[in-house]
Amino acid sequence: MYDMKALYEATSVENAVELRLEHPEAQIIAGGSDVLVQMREGKRAGKELISIYGLDELRGITIDENENIRIGSLTSFSHITRDPIIQKYINVLGEAVDMVGGPQIRNIGTIGGNTCNGVTSADSASTLHAWEAIVELTGKNGVRRLPIKDFYIRAGQVDIRVEDGEIQTAILIPKASYENTFGHYIKYAMRNAMDIATLGCSVNVRLSEDKKTIERARIAYGVAGPVPMRAPHAEAVANGQPISMELIDRFGLAVLEDINPRDSWRASKAFRQHIAVEMAKRCLFESIRLAGGEL
Amino acid sequence: MAQYKLVRFTLNGKEVEKMVDVRASLTDMLRNDYHLTSVKKGCEVGECGACNVLIDGEAFNSCIYLAVWADGKNIRTLESLTGPDGEISDIQQAFMEESAIQCGFCTPGFIMTAVEILETKKLYTRDELRKLLSGHLCRCTGYENILNAVEKTMKRRLGVPVE
Repeated sequence: MYDMKALYEATSVENAVELRLEHPEAQIIAGGSDVLVQMREGKRAGKELISIYGLDELRGITIDENENIRIGSLTSFSHITRDPIIQKYINVLGEAVDMVGGPQIRNIGTIGGNTCNGVTSADSASTLHAWEAIVELTGKNGVRRLPIKDFYIRAGQVDIRVEDGEIQTAILIPKASYENTFGHYIKYAMRNAMDIATLGCSVNVRLSEDKKTIERARIAYGVAGPVPMRAPHAEAVANGQPISMELIDRFGLAVLEDINPRDSWRASKAFRQHIAVEMAKRCLFESIRLAGGEL
Repeated sequence: MAQYKLVRFTLNGKEVEKMVDVRASLTDMLRNDYHLTSVKKGCEVGECGACNVLIDGEAFNSCIYLAVWADGKNIRTLESLTGPDGEISDIQQAFMEESAIQCGFCTPGFIMTAVEILETKKLYTRDELRKLLSGHLCRCTGYENILNAVEKTMKRRLGVPVE
């Protein structure tokens, strides 16, 4: 038994918004692999829960009328990895979420829950930042969309307006972001399964037509600071430059201008800085290779 | 004040319904209301895999799944593998042959994930199987024998020679 004060099960998105306005103290539960664990640990003991897990309308991946990739917030990690649209246009996201926890966790865990937690180590977060995802929230005033970098406010806090009854309903990847773009993610952790990233790094590139120049490079980290973050200095080093091993080295070193990791029991700041450089280089190398560039 | 909800679902092939306390986990309901004790209470935070069951064909840790979410689902536990005359299934037989069991606590969870893997009817490499089985902890066997048992059953079902 969970130490739960009450459970409200939403029957539609509209109903979830109403429930949220009626019970502003209640916690939203999607797959529950974080919320229920925290409840068990006592952190969220005695709380009311609003379950949105039954809302199948928030599951699945489509291309919308503006050619955005639209990922319903309740889509599980394993379904993202197996989805043909993801595999075709943003395979790195499927690979990144395939490193969350273990197989059973990937069947219950949702991309909406992963982002609404506001945790820097979330395996989806660095890739969503690096691909400039848009977060869609639905509340009493309708739909609000904002860039994922603005969605994360600080560690554990995201921009969801409880007073407007908002819940996250989708994550969008705009066409300008995914077109001709190839990326790679590396999760550094002590174990291959059931572990949280010591550091996560996601890079993607779009190359020129002759595959000799990097038109656009984007890089983002998880656990390099209190929230997931891009590394703009490193991106500026690579953008518009001809591909070379020397460029990859400079790109890697430039990330140190941007990231701000901390000492924690998982790893020291110095170690995280060290692997951040190496991961940036390896991710860029692999992204260029996937995009058809030669090194 | 206690809050209850009526849930209707398919459990090991039978249609069932139950008034369930909304605070119950699926593990609580399967063990306490249906006496399906293959569903083990291990870590109770979704890390060890001992409470694993299949829901609509996918493996879930029932300890971090609300019992009320069972409504409308098809749930299978290890008990569903028993044949009409009480005989065990090929995957259970393989676990015995390969000494993939010692204390037995992790075994039902492992076997239900193995069932999910086998039902895909795909031939996986050893490394792929290792990843697919990585959501379970076993403190006795060292995992090698479990991998052997799953690999052997996979190959037998697909008609691939087992060396």
